[in-house]
Amino acid sequence: MNPELVQRLSELLQEVTGFIYPNEVEIHWSILIVVYPYITGLVAGAFILASLVQVFNVKEVQPTYRLSLLTALAFLLIAPLPLQFHLGHPERSYEIFITPQLGSAMAMFGFVYLWYLMAVLLLEIWFEYRRDLIVWSKEEKPPMRWLYRALSLFSNDVSEGAVQFDRKAIKVITVIGIPSAFILHGYVGFIFGSVKANPWWSSVLIPIVFLMSAIVSGIALVIFLYMVITPLRGERIDMRCLDRITSYLFYAVIVDFTLEALDFIHRLYESEESIKILSRLVTDKLFVSLWIIQILLGMIIPLAIMIMVKSLKFDEELRKLLYFTSVILIQLGIFATRWNVVIGGQLFSKSFRGLTTYKMEVAGIEGLLTAIVLLILPFIVLTILLKILPAWETSEANRGTAS
Amino acid sequence: MDRRKFLKNAIWFIPAAGLFRRFLKDAYAKPGNGRYDPNHHLYGMGIDIDKCIGCGLCIEACKKENNVPKEPFFCRTWVERYVIRKDGSVTVESIEAQKGKPRAKPEETDILRSFFVPKLCNQCANPPCVQVCPVGATFPTEDGVVLVDSKRCIGCRYCIQACPYGARYLHPETRTADKCTFCYHRVVKGLLPACVEVCPTQARVFGDLKSMASRLVRFTRMNKIHVLKPHLNTEPKVYYADLDGEVR
Amino acid sequence: MEKMKGVLEKIPEQIRRLLIVIAVIITGVVTVRYFILPSSLTDRRFHRESTVQRETAKNIVFAGASVCGACHADQAAKKKIGYHKTLSCETCHGPAQVHIENPATKPTAPRGREFCVFCHAFDPSRPTGFPQINPVLHNPIKACVTCHHPHDPVPSETPRECSACHAQIASIKTVSPHALIGCTSCHTVPAKHKITPRSVKPTKPETREFCGKCHGKESDRKDAPKIDLATHGERFLCWECHYPHRPERM
Repeated sequence: MNPELVQRLSELLQEVTGFIYPNEVEIHWSILIVVYPYITGLVAGAFILASLVQVFNVKEVQPTYRLSLLTALAFLLIAPLPLQFHLGHPERSYEIFITPQLGSAMAMFGFVYLWYLMAVLLLEIWFEYRRDLIVWSKEEKPPMRWLYRALSLFSNDVSEGAVQFDRKAIKVITVIGIPSAFILHGYVGFIFGSVKANPWWSSVLIPIVFLMSAIVSGIALVIFLYMVITPLRGERIDMRCLDRITSYLFYAVIVDFTLEALDFIHRLYESEESIKILSRLVTDKLFVSLWIIQILLGMIIPLAIMIMVKSLKFDEELRKLLYFTSVILIQLGIFATRWNVVIGGQLFSKSFRGLTTYKMEVAGIEGLLTAIVLLILPFIVLTILLKILPAWETSEANRGTAS
Repeated sequence: MDRRKFLKNAIWFIPAAGLFRRFLKDAYAKPGNGRYDPNHHLYGMGIDIDKCIGCGLCIEACKKENNVPKEPFFCRTWVERYVIRKDGSVTVESIEAQKGKPRAKPEETDILRSFFVPKLCNQCANPPCVQVCPVGATFPTEDGVVLVDSKRCIGCRYCIQACPYGARYLHPETRTADKCTFCYHRVVKGLLPACVEVCPTQARVFGDLKSMASRLVRFTRMNKIHVLKPHLNTEPKVYYADLDGEVR
Repeated sequence: MEKMKGVLEKIPEQIRRLLIVIAVIITGVVTVRYFILPSSLTDRRFHRESTVQRETAKNIVFAGASVCGACHADQAAKKKIGYHKTLSCETCHGPAQVHIENPATKPTAPRGREFCVFCHAFDPSRPTGFPQINPVLHNPIKACVTCHHPHDPVPSETPRECSACHAQIASIKTVSPHALIGCTSCHTVPAKHKITPRSVKPTKPETREFCGKCHGKESDRKDAPKIDLATHGERFLCWECHYPHRPERM
């Protein structure tokens, strides 16, 4: 028997107000499960931003196209890790692939994930980079040369026709990719939305709310990365691009806000059996994370900032500063959204008679440190990816095409 | 048919029928004699709320029989005390399983009504836990008991989230989901589940829904029956007699 | 053959390379899943059967009610006719499978006051018909077994002839402040009531003054709460508000 666990649960028992079922004292889905939908949301959002360039031919956003793709890949590679660490038996996770229970939303994770990774993201990146890989493999010295050769699958056709074909292929993949990205994150919402036992989760709107907030967070992340990386490369931030993306972000936040408000009003109006405990939940346990962080800091203030920027003529520097503040606030808000769904859904008893508390571990495998590491890891992966696959043409090449 | 022939037939018929009944009874009640065939059984439990005295012996017996950790955060079965006061307020608590500890008793004068409700896995016919398990490690048997394969459970705890009754917990030693099995190892040998065995007032009635002569079928015939959270359409096989509307 | 080559030529070079990679991956996955992995990993029926087997093979701790009588026939016979007839032996004596396998390990036999009150201490949530005592007032210190034989317990001193039919009233009364007042203090029972209970009924108190004998403010009973008969609910009879077999505690 694990005395530490017993100690922790005994302390939690003191925090319980009202009645909860005895097995509900332990909060089962910890901060790692908050990190998981947050990361997949970033993947879906970044990809959808990349798709805008392709499908709707938005030229201004072009500078962030490759960055979005690589961001999506970096986060997608890390996405299964929080799930893996959270399992009671991580060594058995392969069972999801060899004996999936097809009725389970979670079992489909492996397949949706693989489909998205292999059939969409890797393919699109490959077609996008194929020409460059061939060119680089000729310029670079070993061992990078061998790496590029292998990555290009030893392809060597750089004729105009072949490059044209790549463009077409990317279009097709994007068209498949958008619904796939929707499925990837909508399905994460479905994992929660389909739990009929839990009135805080059980809602048809949850997958859609998840999706919209995913788009919001993904776009905000790409803006953040673009604004950080470009000065580091010694380049100037393209303000037309930035203005354009933030206006997408603005509309996405509005849709997201509307959907969440709709969900909220709908619950309040239907006022089912669970309404009393849920209102105690949002006014007591989730007060800070829902009203202050998610709604005020994560939505209302960024919206106000962006309305201000849109209506008033600020100079470039101030605009950059305001954009930067609002994307960071939005990230914070979306993380709080995930927190409120995942942790909030476990803070009340399914007997609807009491509330419990989540005490986060700090050092444990399901603790704060692991979560922070998991949130930093994608950035490291992204750095490596950017080293191997530069997302921007070098200045000379740029000049070359310009002239 | 003349009387003589009728009597003669009756002489044969009556013992033959008795013998036949014995065979039938053997086939149903004493699986030890032949091979146990799960297709001939469908287990359920009846709970007579008016008989439960909240002694907590069932909880203790369950923990001993099934190697459940003795701490009060891990329960395959537990007993809730409901106190509905005259001002309409409702207090619920899970009674302490350990012996000798003093229990907080509600003040008698402001009680409108009060009672105990034993809870356990409802062995739903339409179990949400089975639906969500990603690897199929939890499944219903032919005789109607939902089991967990502890060698394959990956410990994702989706089933714990999906159970509307809070009947599942993560076993701290095996790190896999665990829950009431109706003492499957006992019932297939013709014994009663441990909680039913020790219940002093027979508030718990265990039986086979496929046998018309079982105590459970009689229980469901003699009482008005309710199940927990019927609106979730889980179709529980734990049947409550005289369940109060406040019980959730 | 020439034609085939022509068709192949028409497929762009990059697609050909991708197709090779995809084909390799798919064959790899299919081979591993269907040919290399042993069926013990992939066969769901096998998993279920082995779970049922493992579950069935678990140790039995409680032996069950039917086996004890084989050795302890006299106790079993005694218990069978008493008030504890519905109890399983292991309810009080604890799990006994070990005792069956090795009779030298004895099951427990609770003899103090702690065990019996588990069921029989008064608790307002318990069903009213269930025999309960107040462990503080009820012969303190004395072990339960000195008066009540656990295999054939006898309930409290309410006359058998009353409780035989009015068991519920009798057991409610044992936990009430009126526990020590005998039935006949308030009811006179004609002998014929026992023969034709419905046509010949015992008397019931009819006046407020009857209760006033103890509860009136002039009464000298020290342990009864006192009221002024003249002013306390003068339009009603006492039992219209207070249930005499279990009056509320003051």
